[in-house]
Amino acid sequence: MSDTDRELRVSKIRNGTVIDHLAAGQALNVLALLGIDGSGGESVSIGMNVPSDKLAKKDIVKVEDRELSQSEVDVLAVIAPEATINIVREYEVVEKKRIDRPESVDGVLSCPNRNCITNADEPIHTRFSVLEDALRCDYCGEIVREEEVPTRLDVA
Amino acid sequence: MRQDHLISATQLSRADIEAVLDRAAEIDADPSALNGRHEGAILGLCFFEPSTRTRMSFDTAMKRLGGRTIDMGSVESSSVKKGETLADTMRVLEGYADALVLRHPSEGSAKMATEFVDVPLVNAGDGAGQHPTQTLLDLYTMRQNVGLDDVTVGIMGDLKYGRTVHSLAAALTNFDTRQHFISPESLRLPRSVRYDLHESGAQVREHTALEEVLSELDILYVTRIQRERFPDENEYLKVAGEYQIDAEDLEAAKDSLTVMHPLPRVDEIAPDVDQTEHATYFEQAHNGVPVRMALLDMLLSEEGDDR
Ligand SMILES: [Zn+2]
Repeated sequence: MSDTDRELRVSKIRNGTVIDHLAAGQALNVLALLGIDGSGGESVSIGMNVPSDKLAKKDIVKVEDRELSQSEVDVLAVIAPEATINIVREYEVVEKKRIDRPESVDGVLSCPNRNCITNADEPIHTRFSVLEDALRCDYCGEIVREEEVPTRLDVA
Repeated sequence: MRQDHLISATQLSRADIEAVLDRAAEIDADPSALNGRHEGAILGLCFFEPSTRTRMSFDTAMKRLGGRTIDMGSVESSSVKKGETLADTMRVLEGYADALVLRHPSEGSAKMATEFVDVPLVNAGDGAGQHPTQTLLDLYTMRQNVGLDDVTVGIMGDLKYGRTVHSLAAALTNFDTRQHFISPESLRLPRSVRYDLHESGAQVREHTALEEVLSELDILYVTRIQRERFPDENEYLKVAGEYQIDAEDLEAAKDSLTVMHPLPRVDEIAPDVDQTEHATYFEQAHNGVPVRMALLDMLLSEEGDDR
């Protein structure tokens, strides 16, 4: 992708996050993962199946006035390891968050095992170890497949 | 042992298991060998779910080592009833004891408890999760009767919620065993246990009928199918008979077949099996004391006084 290209796409939002180079079809999963369904009033633009040099086709998500936290980036890395994340302030890219598949995902997902101690009122956060194609609860051992990750997001 | 806590059978290597079983055999051979060895030590028994046998077995083991036990009593009469968290309860009890034993109805509770205490903690059953000390005594019994290598083990009953099954299946992957799992479709092994077995390269087959595999088995490990697990009573009645054995059924088995059960049993092993050479479940229950003595001795000795 050329610099002009990037500039054009990024320049469309003033403050917020641009999540680029998502595999085609991942945009909606990313929104689910971030808990964005429009009800929060965020201004969101989505590009789906956009032609790309790097990937044959890609998705792009731009969220106005929202900067992703590191734990959100971690979860994103599980379903979209190829994605790039740019934080934009006043139309400038001020930070590029590198996506690395994390070893664990802490405090972001809820455990699907209703009888897991993390679902009781105890002073702990969930923690999932990242396996090759799934996540695993460090407490009860429950396996969460990657495609189930968006439904386990524990956002307030 | 490398660990200070025993939470899951998955953390046990072959060497860990053999160290405990060897020590238990020494104790079995000379029950007075460890008399007074842990005099003054206190073991806290934290049972958030009733289990008379497991609790008494730990109690006996600790007393035989010369130590004492304290018991938090029934959940109904404790502060847990007032809404205290498990984390808080464990932090308080840690101050009273040199080691803790925890039985709790939630999966992952023992793992969580280790994040709040520094004294050795033993998981005595966490929900449908794990029950590693039961597994150690199961392995001890198996080793005494048929050995732990080149054996074919059938595990039958409620494989979905049976924590003794989950622990045993994991531990057996350390040995040269073939594992057959026999259960109704609805009570098959959970995904997480299946995942570990697959990762370890275990030889595993699943069946819905015992006849398919009975004649091959060296060990048949039976667990109770809980009626309350079935949403529909008729569904239970349809399968229940399939997973009950009597002396006549066992005529199709090897003469040397060892039948085990973590107890208590209800009707899954008929009383006429008790009279056969196959029955090993009472011996298995008795093995709980030397095995838990061995384990407690090792965990308490790690605290400084090397043996
Ligand atoms: Zn869990």
